[in-house]
Amino acid sequence: MSATWQHRLAERGVDRRLWLLLPATIFVLLLFVYPFLYGLSLSFQPTQGGGVLANYDKFFGDAYQRDTIATTLKIALPAALLNVLAAVPIAFRLRGRFRGKRLLTTILVVPITLGTVLTAQGLLNYLGPTGWLNRVLLSLHIVDNPIRLTNNYWGVFFSLVITGFPFAFLLVLSYLSGIDPTLERAAATLGASRAQRFRRITLPLLAPGLATTFLLTFVLAFSVFPSAVLVGNPAGSTRVISLAAYQAAYEQYDYSYASAIAMVMGAVELVVVAIVLVWRSRLYTGSTGGKG
Amino acid sequence: MTSSTSNFEQLRLDGVTRRFGPPDTPAALSELDLTIERGEFIALLGPSGCGKSTALNCLAGLLPLTAGSIWQDDRRVDTLPPEKRGFGMVFQNYALFPHLTVRDNIAFGLRMRNLPKSDVQRRTTEAIEMVQLTEHTSKLPGQLSGGQQQRVAIARATVLEPSLVLMDEPLSNLDAKLRLEMRTEIRRLHQSLGLTTVYVTHDQEEALSMADRLVVMRQGKVQQIGTPEEVHTKPSTWHVADFMGYRNLLPLKASQLNGDQVTVDLGGTAIRGAAQGPVAPGDDVIAAVRPEDVKLADQGVKGLVEVVEYQGRERAVEVVLDGGVQDGVAQDPVRLHVRTERRVEAGEQVALTVTPGRLLVYPS
Repeated sequence: MSATWQHRLAERGVDRRLWLLLPATIFVLLLFVYPFLYGLSLSFQPTQGGGVLANYDKFFGDAYQRDTIATTLKIALPAALLNVLAAVPIAFRLRGRFRGKRLLTTILVVPITLGTVLTAQGLLNYLGPTGWLNRVLLSLHIVDNPIRLTNNYWGVFFSLVITGFPFAFLLVLSYLSGIDPTLERAAATLGASRAQRFRRITLPLLAPGLATTFLLTFVLAFSVFPSAVLVGNPAGSTRVISLAAYQAAYEQYDYSYASAIAMVMGAVELVVVAIVLVWRSRLYTGSTGGKG
Repeated sequence: MTSSTSNFEQLRLDGVTRRFGPPDTPAALSELDLTIERGEFIALLGPSGCGKSTALNCLAGLLPLTAGSIWQDDRRVDTLPPEKRGFGMVFQNYALFPHLTVRDNIAFGLRMRNLPKSDVQRRTTEAIEMVQLTEHTSKLPGQLSGGQQQRVAIARATVLEPSLVLMDEPLSNLDAKLRLEMRTEIRRLHQSLGLTTVYVTHDQEEALSMADRLVVMRQGKVQQIGTPEEVHTKPSTWHVADFMGYRNLLPLKASQLNGDQVTVDLGGTAIRGAAQGPVAPGDDVIAAVRPEDVKLADQGVKGLVEVVEYQGRERAVEVVLDGGVQDGVAQDPVRLHVRTERRVEAGEQVALTVTPGRLLVYPS
């Protein structure tokens, strides 16, 4: 290759450093693109025959299956929203430097390392019918019968908050530290009260980050599986869509049908992601003046 | 006057102190007493870390005081949060709201005061015209040049007609040419709007050219308060002299005293200077003189040219004098900075004289 050619390619960003992308490309192709396309084509080849879309007809034609979409959204959307909303005031309080910040941040982030199973066990011990909470409430005669907080909707909800909140908190904290604190001071010297400063300056600058955070925690929550079984009611109120896919694949051994359910699951997630991203694209997303 | 706080005749800082850390750490700002008259342009001047920005932030209400008080006539203001003080502030990095247009940035303070829409509209438009940004009203700050951003910041702080405008090194991020233009601009605004301004800078030239009064600070303490001329011609300490362009600070010995005239020995020649503090014969002193007050002459203190910098009309020359021998010990050579129009070269032997009355002698 002649020298001028090399210069021309280099101007367009083509040079030998591009080889560095090779491992990641192979990784993505083998572990994401191929299985996805394989599943997609499998979903169009129903085991019992009946045309290309038979699996999808079967899913949407059966209310028991179709309702899993609503069930999952009913758990995942509020949980993701709560995670983001709870993370904002806490991150707001914890930005800047102070003594013990590292310890406090660590405590807030520890649940990430626990894993769903340990969280579920903790929830059963604490919130279960014979758990500490109910025993305290009963002995203080605040309630006459144990309140049900596990093996139903709330068990899964709490589990998603416990595992999802640390993610939301870390993300919001980093978005918030990216906002130049002088902006709020400037707003104060212009007569803005604390609430006005948050509403007019911090929130608009933080909103795109909140959208991203919401999406990440939503996607995590939408694929909920272990806690729906362990602390939920998998036969009823927490029969989530991933459970439907699991049952199709490993109880009925209908991989084709399971693939179709997985595709529906992906499509629903994409719809939510698209809605949030369209909203986000209308916000100011430029520099926020900080170092983050 | 539509702003929430009425204008004042006098703003008084009374022993304003700010410490970052436990009580035994040195204060970042130590017992600042200062009275600002309405309409004055005050410059707080000093090297970085001298406490000038701390003082400004205390005034703005962005930093609580450790001790002392601030009075606006007979109203105490240091206990008010920044949003209740009604002072305008221009920040070093401008702190423009990146998500708001130029117009919305400037209108922000007016909107916070819940003024009628038509008022907000009219005053914002006036402010935009004043800083000549009419063509840029709907741009975001990120689309403006540094000088334009600076003007938005000034318009945003002054549109409220605040009783006091605080400026924290507003020109330090601009290039040299723009800085000169903006200097004049700020001074013009100050006069035409009848503002009272406190201006923080580390640039002595900026402070001298803009301010009515200078407050020179060092290590959290006030060194001197005076008009630009007073501070420029009669610095109160050798630290102030150092900051005001007395590049030659020579550790010498006083030999004779006659009234406030001190004789010092410079390179073997006796030179007379004006004592700026208690000095006794035999004392170690610091003699301060500006490079422009040392002249190359046919006779005088002998020295050897070491470095020559060409600076357009003049040359900055560094001359080494023989330190001489004192009590049988050879002294370190003394270096003098000189400005001259004469063409000299490194290695040349020259003779120097000091303009009479321009050598200031400080106790060391």
